[in-house]
Amino acid sequence: MSGDDHDHDHDHHDHDDHHDHDDHSDVPPDVALRAKALFSLLADKGIVDPDGVDRIVEAYEHRVGPHLGAKVVARAWVDEGYRQRLLADGTAAVQELGIGGWRDGSRLVAVENRADVHNVVVCTLCSCYPLPLLGVPPVWYKSAPYRSRVVMDPRGVLAEFGTEVDPGVEVRVWDSNSEVRYLVVPQRPAGTEGMSEDELAALVGRNAMIGVERVTVTPGDVAG
Amino acid sequence: MNGIHDLGGMAGFGPVAAEPERTEPNFHADWEPAVLSSMYATLRLRRWSIDEFRLTIERSAPVDYLRRSYYEKWLVALEELVVRHGVLSAEELASGRVSAPPSPNDRPWTPSFELPDGPARFTDGQAVRAVNRHPSGHTRAPRYVRGRVGTVVRAVGAEPLPEDAAAGVCTPQRLYLVRFEAAELWGPDSGGNDAVYLELWESYLEEIA
Repeated sequence: MSGDDHDHDHDHHDHDDHHDHDDHSDVPPDVALRAKALFSLLADKGIVDPDGVDRIVEAYEHRVGPHLGAKVVARAWVDEGYRQRLLADGTAAVQELGIGGWRDGSRLVAVENRADVHNVVVCTLCSCYPLPLLGVPPVWYKSAPYRSRVVMDPRGVLAEFGTEVDPGVEVRVWDSNSEVRYLVVPQRPAGTEGMSEDELAALVGRNAMIGVERVTVTPGDVAG
Repeated sequence: MNGIHDLGGMAGFGPVAAEPERTEPNFHADWEPAVLSSMYATLRLRRWSIDEFRLTIERSAPVDYLRRSYYEKWLVALEELVVRHGVLSAEELASGRVSAPPSPNDRPWTPSFELPDGPARFTDGQAVRAVNRHPSGHTRAPRYVRGRVGTVVRAVGAEPLPEDAAAGVCTPQRLYLVRFEAAELWGPDSGGNDAVYLELWESYLEEIA
């Protein structure tokens, strides 16, 4: 079991690199057993649904993920009224599209990239993330390298994602330290004027909605 | 507390090692969704607040915090919380066998997001300083803003004060979105026109003298 888990650690599992204290690199063998034992005890007490693991995996695999955020972004791109409602009250605007499920008191705020402003989101103190809109966060978002540096050197971190930001563009870093959750509304790329809302949504990736990348369009995307 | 979790502005962790977006799985091991499921289910019991959960993680030894994966940190905190709040006994956790129902929840956590009475202390556009305070317990004011001057963008409602919420006490307090210029936080060598935005509770802020 633990051997299988470690096989998922991919190529950044490298003990020789002391910088790479990344997530799930050093999972002790008993962690899987303890996690399952805790879950079983809670199930035996009627606190968790015994099928809860399968249900959570299924939900994030098929129902709750970045495609929801992409739908919101594409709608804002094509519908000026919706864009304004989204920027004014993100929680209500995503609810219009049937997206809810926020924990007590959590609010969604949408921040829009413009020609002169680039936004990027972090949670320096833990790993707060808009799960109902983007699904579970990627490992890098929860990692020490990202959380430590993006507030102090956002341009350097963005460059590691291949995102160069012009010196004349203001970078705004949003630290999710309260119960607010942020969605970055990326800029709509040029050359997409003829695309449908669904085609636009297909261009919008998770990293662009965290703000570490831009939405790009390749000739193949506009061929149809 | 000035714990290792308060990472903003630290150096030495190296570059961000991101898996490609298109191929990163939601979970990297089959026990991770078990922890996520346990976390959601126990939080719904209202025996502890999200802030108490966070504080439990923050109290781990720095070396453990950095070595443990995200879901392992959650697991360790949950093991502690379920016993502290009578969901499971230490014996049950050790044996893996259930012997008694959970204890009664005589102090359910019921957060309130009601605006407190009285006027807001700060106004939009006002220059404010983040209070230079270093509490031994939980706080959501990261070290990098303490003592720094920012500008109130707007008031944004109320949330339970994290310091109290971590102890199971709900004290709704006004929050303000505050913009801090990069140069104020990180010095003159930082990005000249960049800024960091946070939401800070009213008691985290003070007027500029």
